[in-house]
Amino acid sequence: MVLQPPNFLSAQARTFDERKVSMDFISKNLPYLLAGISVGGQYALIAIGYTMVYGILRLINFAHGDIFMVAALVMVYASASFPLYVTIPLVLVSTVLIGFVVERVAYKPLRDAPRMSIMISAIGVSYLLQNLALYVTGGLAQIYPAIPLISNSVSIGPATTKVVTIVTPVLTVLLVILLMWLINHTKIGMAMRAVANDFETSRLMGVKINSVISMTFIIGSFLAAVGSMLYFTNYASVVPTSGAMPGLKAFVAAVFGGIGSIPGAVIGAFIIGICENIIKGLGWTTFSDAFTFALLIVILIVKPTGLFGERATDKV
Amino acid sequence: MLKVTDLKVNYGGIEAVKGISFEVPEKSIVTLIGANGAGKSTTLRSIVSLEKPASGKIEFLGENITGKDTDYIVSRGITLVPEGRKIFPDLTVLENLKIGAYMRKDNLTDDLNWVYDLFPRLKERHWQPGGTLSGGEQQMLAVARALMSRPKLIMMDEPSLGLAPLIVKGIFDIIREIHKQGVTILLIEQNANMALRTADIGYVIETGRITMTGSGQELLANERVRQAYLGK
Repeated sequence: MVLQPPNFLSAQARTFDERKVSMDFISKNLPYLLAGISVGGQYALIAIGYTMVYGILRLINFAHGDIFMVAALVMVYASASFPLYVTIPLVLVSTVLIGFVVERVAYKPLRDAPRMSIMISAIGVSYLLQNLALYVTGGLAQIYPAIPLISNSVSIGPATTKVVTIVTPVLTVLLVILLMWLINHTKIGMAMRAVANDFETSRLMGVKINSVISMTFIIGSFLAAVGSMLYFTNYASVVPTSGAMPGLKAFVAAVFGGIGSIPGAVIGAFIIGICENIIKGLGWTTFSDAFTFALLIVILIVKPTGLFGERATDKV
Repeated sequence: MLKVTDLKVNYGGIEAVKGISFEVPEKSIVTLIGANGAGKSTTLRSIVSLEKPASGKIEFLGENITGKDTDYIVSRGITLVPEGRKIFPDLTVLENLKIGAYMRKDNLTDDLNWVYDLFPRLKERHWQPGGTLSGGEQQMLAVARALMSRPKLIMMDEPSLGLAPLIVKGIFDIIREIHKQGVTILLIEQNANMALRTADIGYVIETGRITMTGSGQELLANERVRQAYLGK
């Protein structure tokens, strides 16, 4: 009883001290946290394409990262000759078109083939797109255009960043809400869920499964195109292999969240984006990529179905 | 209404259906009975183009529909209640019904009320995912889903499979009720007793060929049928 007052005081002092330290920590790491949320949103927009295609075709679309890269190149070339209000729709439309054509040409003819064949076809498309890009660019890094408004700088408390850092998470969340509404409350969304359950029975209901699958690729490519504009705004240039790393990270995010699940992919992407950047903030930049892939290994060992995955999928 | 002529279908490298011909007259109940592997399912599946016939002709309302796309055939008014029910487990009961009417663009309220009248249980459970229903309820949902396309001909592949006798009786009551409301029915069954009691016309299929035909009552009385399929 006698000892209580001094103890109480020192406890209060300690709390104050901790609070000061944590404020310090936040202000020091705020830029990294913001960057993490932003990169997470960009990964999320790519990861949705992986997870939706997997949900319907049980295919890991290895070409998805390269479609993301092609969207960036279209932006580079289109912005050289057109104003922004033409360029952005052009990028969206042509990326969607490429996604659609890839599915029709490289995946649809293999609908009844073993799954390994279609996956190898996807790897082939990935290399084809990279090499086409190499041919078109001549192997030179292409300067990515600054998109007015989102390329501008802005200050948030102690942190200075580009507007895109704020725009990305907001836009991502809006697009995800829109997508979830489409899937849960429209006729085409219902058909997508049905086709993901069972091809043959969907066909019996009169669902044109090829149109539904095309729709999946169209949505995935559209989101990848949006993600591409946001992602490359933070980078100076595009090279033919630019899609590989963000593509892989987004793939890890999709697996982490539970491949096939859209909310899973989005949450996985934000977690990976934030962790990577916090690690950078701690001064271990060299290990930030390694962290993501170590996470993939750990997830595959500990919980192969991911955070929100189906319980009984057969793994690839 | 439906006329199948000399249908041959290969399934998994063997000739599963070896030239069968039969007819389903309008407003009738026709049943194909036979043992496992006799080619019953393959026959139904090839009518809706889930299997491609090797040769032969399938006509529906005078139109040759052999090898046409499944969605086209469904739009002409044929529907199949597949073996094993195959309801969509992740869709709610209501969504399962709605997707049954996927081809239609008109208002579904009347049809929903119609199938809810036939299967009151489905109305109670309309918000539940299809996968959470019991086997009997799933079979009801599969039949109701097929009815939602307003079919002229409904084909059922072993609707009684794996269900308790009381539920089987309920399913057959429903089949008679649907028939009374003007839908033509093609039924395949291993439960030959129930099927023949219900049907106007029966065909016996053995190893890909039709070996016997007659009215339901005739086949029920036939000595060979009784020995082979009715266990008497």
